[in-house]
Amino acid sequence: MDEKIKAKIMDDKKMKRTFLRLAMEILERNREEENLVLIGIQTRGVHVARRIQQLIKELESIEIPLGILDITMFRDDLHKHEQQPAVKKTRIDFSIEDRDIILIDDVVFTGRTIRAAMDSIFELGRPASLQLAAFIDRGHREMPICPDFKGKYLPTSRRERVKVMLQEIDGQDQVLIMEPKGF
Amino acid sequence: MKERIFSQDHLLGIEQLSVDDIETILETAEAFIEVSSREVKKVPALKGKTVVNLFFENSTRTRSSFEIAAKRLSADLINFNSSISSLKKGEALKDTVLTLEAMNPHIIVIRHSASGSPHYLTTFARSSIINAGDGFHEHPTQALLDALTIQQRLKTLRGLKIAIIGDILHSRVARSNIILHQKMGNEIALIGPPSLVPREFEKMGASVYYDIRSGVKAADVVMMLRVQEERGARNYFPSIREYRNRFAINREIFALAKKSAILMHPGPINRDVEIETSMADSEQSVILQQVTNGIAVRMAVLYLLKGEIHETLN
Repeated sequence: MDEKIKAKIMDDKKMKRTFLRLAMEILERNREEENLVLIGIQTRGVHVARRIQQLIKELESIEIPLGILDITMFRDDLHKHEQQPAVKKTRIDFSIEDRDIILIDDVVFTGRTIRAAMDSIFELGRPASLQLAAFIDRGHREMPICPDFKGKYLPTSRRERVKVMLQEIDGQDQVLIMEPKGF
Repeated sequence: MKERIFSQDHLLGIEQLSVDDIETILETAEAFIEVSSREVKKVPALKGKTVVNLFFENSTRTRSSFEIAAKRLSADLINFNSSISSLKKGEALKDTVLTLEAMNPHIIVIRHSASGSPHYLTTFARSSIINAGDGFHEHPTQALLDALTIQQRLKTLRGLKIAIIGDILHSRVARSNIILHQKMGNEIALIGPPSLVPREFEKMGASVYYDIRSGVKAADVVMMLRVQEERGARNYFPSIREYRNRFAINREIFALAKKSAILMHPGPINRDVEIETSMADSEQSVILQQVTNGIAVRMAVLYLLKGEIHETLN
Protein backbone atom coordinates (compact mmCIF):
# COMPACT_ATOMS: atom_id res chain seq x y z
CA MET A 1 0.00 0.00 0.00
CA ASP A 2 1.30 3.42 -0.92
CA GLU A 3 1.62 5.76 2.00
CA LYS A 4 2.41 9.38 2.51
CA ILE A 5 3.59 11.31 5.54
CA LYS A 6 0.73 12.91 7.41
CA ALA A 7 2.71 14.47 10.21
CA LYS A 8 6.09 14.44 11.85
CA ILE A 9 5.54 13.93 15.55
CA MET A 10 9.05 13.79 16.97
CA ASP A 11 12.54 14.64 15.82
CA ASP A 12 15.82 13.23 17.14
CA LYS A 13 16.02 15.75 19.99
CA LYS A 14 12.55 14.98 21.30
CA MET A 15 13.17 11.27 20.96
CA LYS A 16 16.41 11.50 22.91
CA ARG A 17 14.62 13.17 25.84
CA THR A 18 11.86 10.56 25.71
CA PHE A 19 14.35 7.68 25.74
CA LEU A 20 16.09 9.25 28.73
CA ARG A 21 12.81 9.64 30.61
CA LEU A 22 11.85 6.03 29.88
CA ALA A 23 15.21 4.78 31.18
CA MET A 24 14.85 6.87 34.35
CA GLU A 25 11.27 5.77 34.97
CA ILE A 26 12.22 2.12 34.62
CA LEU A 27 15.02 2.58 37.17
CA GLU A 28 12.83 4.63 39.47
CA ARG A 29 10.08 2.03 39.63
CA ASN A 30 12.40 -0.96 39.96
CA ARG A 31 14.46 -0.66 43.10
CA GLU A 32 16.39 -3.88 42.59
CA GLU A 33 18.05 -3.04 39.33
CA GLU A 34 20.23 -6.17 39.53
CA ASN A 35 17.05 -8.20 39.07
CA LEU A 36 16.02 -6.33 35.93
CA VAL A 37 16.18 -7.75 32.41
CA LEU A 38 15.13 -6.12 29.15
CA ILE A 39 13.44 -8.05 26.35
CA GLY A 40 12.99 -6.33 23.01
CA ILE A 41 10.42 -7.56 20.51
CA GLN A 42 11.73 -8.13 16.97
CA THR A 43 12.64 -5.98 15.18
CA ARG A 44 12.26 -2.35 16.22
CA GLY A 45 11.58 -3.19 19.84
CA VAL A 46 15.07 -4.67 19.99
CA HIS A 47 16.67 -1.38 18.97
CA VAL A 48 14.49 0.59 21.37
CA ALA A 49 15.58 -1.83 24.12
CA ARG A 50 19.27 -1.39 23.20
CA ARG A 51 18.91 2.39 23.51
CA ILE A 52 17.36 2.03 26.94
CA GLN A 53 20.06 -0.44 27.99
CA GLN A 54 22.74 2.00 26.87
CA LEU A 55 21.16 4.93 28.71
CA ILE A 56 20.85 2.93 31.92
CA LYS A 57 24.51 2.05 31.56
CA GLU A 58 25.42 5.73 31.23
CA LEU A 59 23.19 6.75 34.14
CA GLU A 60 24.08 4.06 36.67
CA SER A 61 27.07 2.19 35.21
CA ILE A 62 25.20 -1.09 35.25
CA GLU A 63 24.64 -3.41 32.34
CA ILE A 64 21.09 -4.76 32.29
CA PRO A 65 20.88 -8.06 30.35
CA LEU A 66 19.05 -7.77 27.05
CA GLY A 67 17.14 -10.50 25.26
CA ILE A 68 15.59 -10.62 21.81
CA LEU A 69 12.14 -12.08 21.30
CA ASP A 70 10.40 -13.05 18.08
CA ILE A 71 6.69 -13.58 18.58
CA THR A 72 5.76 -14.90 15.12
CA MET A 73 5.08 -18.45 16.26
CA PHE A 74 2.73 -17.20 18.96
CA ARG A 75 0.65 -14.92 16.73
CA ASP A 76 -3.11 -15.43 16.91
CA ASP A 77 -3.59 -14.96 13.17
CA LEU A 78 -1.20 -17.61 11.82
CA HIS A 79 -4.06 -19.68 10.44
CA LYS A 80 -5.41 -16.67 8.56
CA HIS A 81 -2.41 -15.90 6.42
CA GLU A 82 -2.12 -17.01 2.84
CA GLN A 83 1.65 -16.94 3.32
CA GLN A 84 3.43 -17.67 6.55
CA PRO A 85 5.11 -14.60 8.04
CA ALA A 86 8.89 -14.75 8.37
CA VAL A 87 10.21 -16.18 11.61
CA LYS A 88 13.08 -14.21 13.11
CA LYS A 89 15.52 -15.19 15.80
CA THR A 90 14.82 -15.33 19.49
CA ARG A 91 17.91 -14.99 21.63
CA ILE A 92 17.58 -14.87 25.40
CA ASP A 93 20.90 -16.00 26.89
CA PHE A 94 19.85 -15.77 30.52
CA SER A 95 17.28 -17.39 32.75
CA ILE A 96 14.16 -15.30 33.19
CA GLU A 97 13.15 -17.27 36.29
CA ASP A 98 12.23 -14.81 39.10
CA ARG A 99 13.56 -11.80 37.18
CA ASP A 100 11.76 -8.50 36.66
CA ILE A 101 11.21 -8.29 32.93
CA ILE A 102 10.73 -5.07 31.01
CA LEU A 103 9.16 -6.04 27.71
CA ILE A 104 9.90 -3.41 25.10
CA ASP A 105 8.34 -2.55 21.75
CA ASP A 106 8.36 0.53 19.54
CA VAL A 107 4.58 0.89 19.12
CA VAL A 108 1.70 -0.63 21.06
CA PHE A 109 -1.51 -0.76 19.06
CA THR A 110 -4.09 -3.57 19.29
CA GLY A 111 -2.12 -5.33 22.04
CA ARG A 112 -2.05 -8.63 20.12
CA THR A 113 1.72 -8.61 19.73
CA ILE A 114 2.10 -8.12 23.47
CA ARG A 115 -0.33 -10.96 24.16
CA ALA A 116 1.79 -13.21 21.94
CA ALA A 117 4.98 -11.99 23.64
CA MET A 118 3.56 -12.81 27.07
CA ASP A 119 2.64 -16.34 25.98
CA SER A 120 6.07 -16.76 24.48
CA ILE A 121 7.84 -15.54 27.62
CA PHE A 122 5.92 -17.84 29.93
CA GLU A 123 7.08 -20.80 27.83
CA LEU A 124 10.60 -19.84 28.87
CA GLY A 125 10.04 -19.62 32.62
CA ARG A 126 8.26 -17.82 35.43
CA PRO A 127 9.41 -14.25 35.88
CA ALA A 128 8.87 -12.34 39.14
CA SER A 129 7.15 -9.56 37.23
CA LEU A 130 6.50 -8.43 33.70
CA GLN A 131 6.23 -4.74 32.78
CA LEU A 132 5.63 -3.22 29.40
CA ALA A 133 7.45 -0.26 27.88
CA ALA A 134 6.35 1.16 24.54
CA PHE A 135 7.87 4.14 22.81
CA ILE A 136 4.52 5.08 21.26
CA ASP A 137 1.05 4.12 22.46
CA ARG A 138 -1.30 4.76 19.57
CA GLY A 139 -4.54 3.52 21.13
CA HIS A 140 -7.13 1.16 19.58
CA ARG A 141 -6.47 -1.65 22.05
CA GLU A 142 -8.25 -4.96 21.48
CA MET A 143 -6.75 -6.66 24.54
CA PRO A 144 -6.69 -5.70 28.23
CA ILE A 145 -3.11 -4.46 27.95
CA CYS A 146 -1.69 -1.17 29.14
CA PRO A 147 1.97 -0.10 29.01
CA ASP A 148 3.64 0.60 32.37
CA PHE A 149 6.01 2.98 30.64
CA LYS A 150 5.14 4.92 27.54
CA GLY A 151 7.15 7.41 25.57
CA LYS A 152 4.19 9.19 24.10
CA TYR A 153 0.47 8.67 23.79
CA LEU A 154 -0.48 9.39 20.22
CA PRO A 155 -4.17 9.21 19.30
CA THR A 156 -4.43 8.00 15.69
CA SER A 157 -7.02 6.79 13.29
CA ARG A 158 -6.98 3.09 12.40
CA ARG A 159 -6.04 3.60 8.78
CA GLU A 160 -2.92 5.49 9.78
CA ARG A 161 0.38 3.94 10.67
CA VAL A 162 2.92 5.13 13.21
CA LYS A 163 6.49 4.83 12.05
CA VAL A 164 9.18 4.96 14.72
CA MET A 165 12.33 5.50 12.66
CA LEU A 166 15.65 4.71 14.25
CA GLN A 167 19.22 5.57 13.34
CA GLU A 168 20.21 1.88 13.42
CA ILE A 169 17.68 0.85 10.77
CA ASP A 170 16.61 3.98 8.93
CA GLY A 171 19.64 6.24 9.30
CA GLN A 172 17.74 8.84 11.32
CA ASP A 173 15.63 9.26 14.44
CA GLN A 174 12.08 10.50 13.98
CA VAL A 175 8.47 9.53 14.55
CA LEU A 176 6.03 9.92 11.66
CA ILE A 177 2.33 9.34 11.16
CA MET A 178 1.73 7.79 7.76
CA GLU A 179 -1.59 7.63 5.93
CA PRO A 180 -2.64 5.86 2.74
CA LYS A 181 -2.24 7.88 -0.44
CA GLY A 182 -5.45 9.26 -1.87
CA PHE A 183 -6.86 10.47 1.44
CA MET B 1 5.54 -6.44 9.62
CA LYS B 2 7.18 -7.54 6.38
CA GLU B 3 5.74 -10.80 5.14
CA ARG B 4 8.07 -13.24 3.49
CA ILE B 5 6.91 -15.02 0.38
CA PHE B 6 7.53 -18.73 -0.04
CA SER B 7 6.35 -19.75 -3.44
CA GLN B 8 5.74 -23.48 -2.97
CA ASP B 9 2.65 -25.50 -2.05
CA HIS B 10 4.68 -28.70 -1.77
CA LEU B 11 8.28 -29.71 -1.26
CA LEU B 12 8.85 -32.23 -4.03
CA GLY B 13 12.51 -31.64 -4.67
CA ILE B 14 15.27 -29.07 -4.71
CA GLU B 15 14.64 -28.83 -8.44
CA GLN B 16 11.40 -26.89 -7.93
CA LEU B 17 12.93 -24.38 -5.50
CA SER B 18 14.32 -20.99 -6.41
CA VAL B 19 17.45 -19.67 -4.72
CA ASP B 20 15.13 -17.35 -2.76
CA ASP B 21 13.07 -20.33 -1.58
CA ILE B 22 16.22 -22.12 -0.43
CA GLU B 23 17.40 -19.05 1.45
CA THR B 24 13.97 -18.56 3.04
CA ILE B 25 13.99 -22.15 4.29
CA LEU B 26 17.50 -21.79 5.71
CA GLU B 27 16.75 -18.46 7.43
CA THR B 28 13.59 -19.90 8.95
CA ALA B 29 15.51 -22.97 10.09
CA GLU B 30 18.11 -20.73 11.76
CA ALA B 31 15.31 -19.16 13.78
CA PHE B 32 13.89 -22.56 14.73
CA ILE B 33 17.22 -23.81 16.12
CA GLU B 34 16.54 -21.73 19.23
CA VAL B 35 13.31 -23.61 19.95
CA SER B 36 15.22 -26.87 20.30
CA SER B 37 17.59 -25.31 22.83
CA ARG B 38 14.76 -24.32 25.17
CA GLU B 39 13.76 -26.17 28.27
CA VAL B 40 10.22 -26.40 26.93
CA LYS B 41 10.84 -27.32 23.30
CA LYS B 42 7.50 -26.39 21.86
CA VAL B 43 5.90 -23.47 20.07
CA PRO B 44 2.26 -23.28 19.01
CA ALA B 45 2.87 -22.39 15.34
CA LEU B 46 1.11 -25.44 13.87
CA LYS B 47 -1.43 -26.07 16.61
CA GLY B 48 -4.45 -27.88 15.19
CA LYS B 49 -2.63 -29.06 12.06
CA THR B 50 -2.22 -32.73 11.29
CA VAL B 51 0.89 -34.20 9.69
CA VAL B 52 0.96 -37.74 8.32
CA ASN B 53 4.24 -39.63 8.04
CA LEU B 54 3.66 -42.02 5.17
CA PHE B 55 6.75 -44.19 4.85
CA PHE B 56 6.83 -47.05 2.40
CA GLU B 57 10.52 -47.66 3.00
CA ASN B 58 12.33 -48.31 6.22
CA SER B 59 13.56 -45.20 7.92
CA THR B 60 14.18 -44.36 11.51
CA ARG B 61 16.12 -41.13 11.30
CA THR B 62 14.15 -39.21 8.74
CA ARG B 63 10.84 -40.38 10.13
CA SER B 64 11.76 -39.50 13.74
CA SER B 65 13.23 -36.21 12.62
CA PHE B 66 9.96 -35.22 10.94
CA GLU B 67 8.07 -36.47 13.97
CA ILE B 68 10.08 -34.38 16.42
CA ALA B 69 9.90 -31.36 14.11
CA ALA B 70 6.11 -31.60 13.82
CA LYS B 71 5.69 -32.07 17.57
CA ARG B 72 7.91 -29.11 18.45
CA LEU B 73 5.57 -27.00 16.32
CA SER B 74 2.55 -28.44 18.21
CA ALA B 75 1.15 -30.26 15.18
CA ASP B 76 -0.55 -33.63 15.61
CA LEU B 77 1.31 -36.43 13.90
CA ILE B 78 0.25 -39.82 12.65
CA ASN B 79 2.81 -42.42 11.67
CA PHE B 80 1.55 -44.59 8.89
CA ASN B 81 4.04 -47.43 8.71
CA SER B 82 3.40 -49.39 5.64
CA SER B 83 3.96 -53.06 6.02
CA ILE B 84 2.04 -53.59 2.82
CA SER B 85 4.89 -55.02 0.83
CA SER B 86 2.60 -56.10 -1.97
CA LEU B 87 1.45 -52.56 -2.42
CA LYS B 88 1.25 -51.94 -6.09
CA LYS B 89 2.17 -48.60 -7.48
CA GLY B 90 -0.49 -46.43 -8.99
CA GLU B 91 -3.97 -47.21 -7.87
CA ALA B 92 -3.14 -48.83 -4.58
CA LEU B 93 -0.95 -45.92 -3.50
CA LYS B 94 -3.69 -43.59 -4.60
CA ASP B 95 -6.24 -45.46 -2.51
CA THR B 96 -4.00 -45.38 0.55
CA VAL B 97 -3.57 -41.65 0.21
CA LEU B 98 -7.25 -41.01 -0.48
CA THR B 99 -8.13 -42.96 2.65
CA LEU B 100 -5.69 -40.91 4.71
CA GLU B 101 -6.97 -37.71 3.16
CA ALA B 102 -10.48 -38.55 4.23
CA MET B 103 -9.16 -37.82 7.73
CA ASN B 104 -8.26 -34.29 6.60
CA PRO B 105 -4.53 -34.03 7.27
CA HIS B 106 -2.74 -30.84 6.26
CA ILE B 107 0.64 -32.21 5.32
CA ILE B 108 1.68 -35.65 4.07
CA VAL B 109 5.34 -36.60 4.35
CA ILE B 110 6.04 -39.45 1.96
CA ARG B 111 8.95 -41.79 1.39
CA HIS B 112 8.55 -44.27 -1.40
CA SER B 113 10.85 -46.46 -3.47
CA ALA B 114 9.25 -45.27 -6.70
CA SER B 115 10.82 -42.10 -8.05
CA GLY B 116 8.20 -39.44 -8.66
CA SER B 117 5.58 -40.79 -6.25
CA PRO B 118 5.33 -37.49 -4.31
CA HIS B 119 4.72 -35.69 -7.61
CA TYR B 120 2.04 -38.21 -8.43
CA LEU B 121 0.31 -37.52 -5.10
CA THR B 122 0.01 -33.83 -5.91
CA THR B 123 -2.18 -34.66 -8.89
CA PHE B 124 -5.04 -35.69 -6.65
CA ALA B 125 -4.22 -34.95 -3.00
CA ARG B 126 -5.51 -31.87 -1.22
CA SER B 127 -2.72 -31.75 1.37
CA SER B 128 0.76 -30.29 1.04
CA ILE B 129 3.17 -33.05 0.07
CA ILE B 130 6.71 -33.31 1.38
CA ASN B 131 9.12 -35.66 -0.34
CA ALA B 132 11.15 -37.53 2.28
CA GLY B 133 12.97 -39.56 -0.37
CA ASP B 134 11.63 -41.02 -3.60
CA GLY B 135 13.56 -43.87 -5.17
CA PHE B 136 16.82 -42.76 -6.70
CA HIS B 137 15.42 -39.31 -7.36
CA GLU B 138 15.48 -36.69 -4.58
CA HIS B 139 15.68 -36.24 -0.81
CA PRO B 140 15.26 -32.48 -0.52
CA THR B 141 15.24 -32.04 3.27
CA GLN B 142 18.59 -33.84 3.49
CA ALA B 143 20.18 -31.46 0.98
CA LEU B 144 18.68 -28.50 2.86
CA LEU B 145 20.00 -29.64 6.24
CA ASP B 146 23.39 -30.23 4.62
CA ALA B 147 23.26 -26.69 3.25
CA LEU B 148 22.37 -25.30 6.67
CA THR B 149 25.30 -27.17 8.23
CA ILE B 150 27.69 -25.90 5.56
CA GLN B 151 26.45 -22.35 6.05
CA GLN B 152 26.92 -22.58 9.82
CA ARG B 153 30.45 -23.93 9.60
CA LEU B 154 31.82 -22.11 6.57
CA LYS B 155 29.70 -18.93 6.96
CA THR B 156 28.71 -19.03 3.30
CA LEU B 157 26.95 -21.20 0.73
CA ARG B 158 28.64 -19.70 -2.28
CA GLY B 159 31.96 -20.04 -4.03
CA LEU B 160 32.58 -23.50 -2.60
CA LYS B 161 33.94 -26.75 -3.93
CA ILE B 162 31.73 -29.66 -2.89
CA ALA B 163 33.18 -33.17 -3.25
CA ILE B 164 30.66 -36.01 -3.09
CA ILE B 165 32.13 -39.50 -2.79
CA GLY B 166 30.54 -42.90 -3.25
CA ASP B 167 27.47 -44.41 -4.81
CA ILE B 168 26.23 -41.36 -6.69
CA LEU B 169 24.13 -43.46 -9.05
CA HIS B 170 21.72 -44.75 -6.44
CA SER B 171 21.83 -41.76 -4.14
CA ARG B 172 18.91 -39.38 -3.91
CA VAL B 173 20.91 -37.46 -1.32
CA ALA B 174 23.63 -36.86 -3.90
CA ARG B 175 21.13 -35.85 -6.55
CA SER B 176 19.40 -33.29 -4.32
CA ASN B 177 22.77 -31.92 -3.22
CA ILE B 178 24.02 -31.66 -6.81
CA ILE B 179 20.91 -29.69 -7.80
CA LEU B 180 21.16 -27.43 -4.76
CA HIS B 181 24.83 -26.59 -5.22
CA GLN B 182 24.31 -26.17 -8.92
CA LYS B 183 21.70 -23.51 -8.09
CA MET B 184 24.04 -21.83 -5.61
CA GLY B 185 26.75 -21.77 -8.28
CA ASN B 186 29.18 -24.04 -6.43
CA GLU B 187 31.74 -26.35 -8.01
CA ILE B 188 30.74 -30.00 -7.70
CA ALA B 189 33.15 -32.93 -7.84
CA LEU B 190 31.68 -36.43 -7.95
CA ILE B 191 34.00 -39.24 -6.96
CA GLY B 192 33.58 -43.01 -7.10
CA PRO B 193 34.05 -46.10 -9.26
CA PRO B 194 32.89 -45.61 -12.88
CA SER B 195 30.07 -48.09 -12.34
CA LEU B 196 28.58 -45.85 -9.62
CA VAL B 197 29.48 -42.44 -11.08
CA PRO B 198 28.42 -42.44 -14.72
CA ARG B 199 29.63 -39.61 -16.93
CA GLU B 200 25.96 -38.70 -17.39
CA PHE B 201 26.31 -36.57 -14.28
CA GLU B 202 28.52 -34.14 -16.16
CA LYS B 203 25.31 -33.00 -17.84
CA MET B 204 24.15 -31.78 -14.43
CA GLY B 205 27.18 -29.51 -14.34
CA ALA B 206 29.40 -31.65 -12.11
CA SER B 207 32.92 -32.92 -12.75
CA VAL B 208 33.52 -36.65 -12.42
CA TYR B 209 36.65 -38.14 -10.83
CA TYR B 210 37.62 -41.76 -10.51
CA ASP B 211 40.59 -40.89 -8.34
CA ILE B 212 39.69 -39.68 -4.85
CA ARG B 213 42.86 -37.61 -4.43
CA SER B 214 42.31 -35.37 -7.42
CA GLY B 215 38.62 -35.03 -6.60
CA VAL B 216 39.08 -34.05 -2.96
CA LYS B 217 41.87 -31.59 -3.67
CA ALA B 218 41.06 -28.08 -2.38
CA ALA B 219 37.47 -29.06 -1.51
CA ASP B 220 35.56 -27.04 1.10
CA VAL B 221 33.10 -29.83 1.77
CA VAL B 222 33.75 -33.57 1.61
CA MET B 223 30.46 -35.43 1.56
CA MET B 224 30.61 -39.19 1.96
CA LEU B 225 27.78 -41.45 0.88
CA ARG B 226 26.95 -44.79 2.39
CA VAL B 227 27.63 -47.96 0.47
CA GLN B 228 24.02 -49.04 0.09
CA GLU B 229 24.26 -52.78 0.33
CA GLU B 230 20.48 -53.11 0.41
CA ARG B 231 20.33 -51.54 -3.02
CA GLY B 232 22.83 -54.01 -4.40
CA ALA B 233 25.76 -51.60 -4.39
CA ARG B 234 28.07 -54.54 -3.92
CA ASN B 235 27.36 -55.65 -7.47
CA TYR B 236 28.99 -52.49 -8.79
CA PHE B 237 32.51 -53.06 -7.46
CA PRO B 238 34.60 -56.19 -6.92
CA SER B 239 34.86 -56.16 -3.13
CA ILE B 240 34.34 -53.96 -0.08
CA ARG B 241 38.05 -54.15 0.51
CA GLU B 242 38.86 -52.74 -2.89
CA TYR B 243 36.23 -50.05 -2.47
CA ARG B 244 37.71 -49.09 0.86
CA ASN B 245 41.20 -48.93 -0.52
CA ARG B 246 40.19 -46.63 -3.32
CA PHE B 247 37.29 -44.52 -2.04
CA ALA B 248 37.26 -44.44 1.76
CA ILE B 249 38.12 -41.17 3.43
CA ASN B 250 41.02 -41.14 5.86
CA ARG B 251 43.19 -38.42 7.38
CA GLU B 252 45.77 -38.53 4.66
CA ILE B 253 43.25 -37.96 1.88
CA PHE B 254 41.19 -35.46 3.86
CA ALA B 255 44.35 -33.39 4.30
CA LEU B 256 44.25 -32.68 0.54
CA ALA B 257 41.07 -30.68 1.04
CA LYS B 258 41.14 -27.08 2.30
CA LYS B 259 42.27 -26.49 5.87
CA SER B 260 38.79 -25.30 6.83
CA ALA B 261 37.09 -28.23 5.09
CA ILE B 262 34.30 -30.17 6.78
CA LEU B 263 33.38 -33.83 6.52
CA MET B 264 29.72 -34.74 6.04
CA HIS B 265 27.75 -37.96 5.88
CA PRO B 266 23.97 -38.37 5.66
CA GLY B 267 24.16 -41.45 7.87
CA PRO B 268 23.95 -44.17 8.84
CA ILE B 269 27.71 -44.48 8.53
CA ASN B 270 29.56 -47.71 7.86
CA ARG B 271 32.66 -47.23 9.97
CA ASP B 272 35.81 -48.44 8.27
CA VAL B 273 34.00 -48.96 4.98
CA GLU B 274 33.53 -45.53 3.43
CA ILE B 275 34.81 -43.62 6.43
CA GLU B 276 37.79 -44.30 8.69
CA THR B 277 36.55 -44.40 12.25
CA SER B 278 38.88 -41.74 13.66
CA MET B 279 37.79 -39.43 10.82
CA ALA B 280 34.11 -39.86 11.70
CA ASP B 281 34.78 -38.66 15.24
CA SER B 282 37.18 -35.88 14.29
CA GLU B 283 36.83 -32.13 14.77
CA GLN B 284 36.15 -31.68 11.06
CA SER B 285 33.27 -34.12 11.10
CA VAL B 286 29.85 -32.44 11.25
CA ILE B 287 27.82 -35.65 11.06
CA LEU B 288 25.96 -35.13 14.34
CA GLN B 289 25.39 -31.44 13.65
CA GLN B 290 23.67 -32.56 10.44
CA VAL B 291 21.24 -34.65 12.47
CA THR B 292 20.47 -31.76 14.84
CA ASN B 293 19.99 -29.37 11.93
CA GLY B 294 17.63 -31.87 10.32
CA ILE B 295 15.01 -31.04 12.95
CA ALA B 296 15.29 -27.27 12.42
CA VAL B 297 15.12 -27.62 8.63
CA ARG B 298 12.09 -29.90 8.80
CA MET B 299 10.40 -27.51 11.24
CA ALA B 300 11.04 -24.71 8.74
CA VAL B 301 9.58 -26.70 5.84
CA LEU B 302 6.51 -27.76 7.84
CA TYR B 303 6.01 -24.16 8.95
CA LEU B 304 6.46 -22.59 5.52
CA LEU B 305 4.19 -25.07 3.76
CA LYS B 306 1.72 -24.89 6.58
CA GLY B 307 -0.56 -27.23 4.69
CA GLU B 308 -3.57 -25.22 3.83
CA ILE B 309 -5.96 -27.71 2.37
CA HIS B 310 -6.32 -26.55 -1.20
CA GLU B 311 -8.49 -27.73 -4.04
CA THR B 312 -6.69 -29.63 -6.75
CA LEU B 313 -7.07 -28.66 -10.37
CA ASN B 314 -8.47 -31.98 -11.46
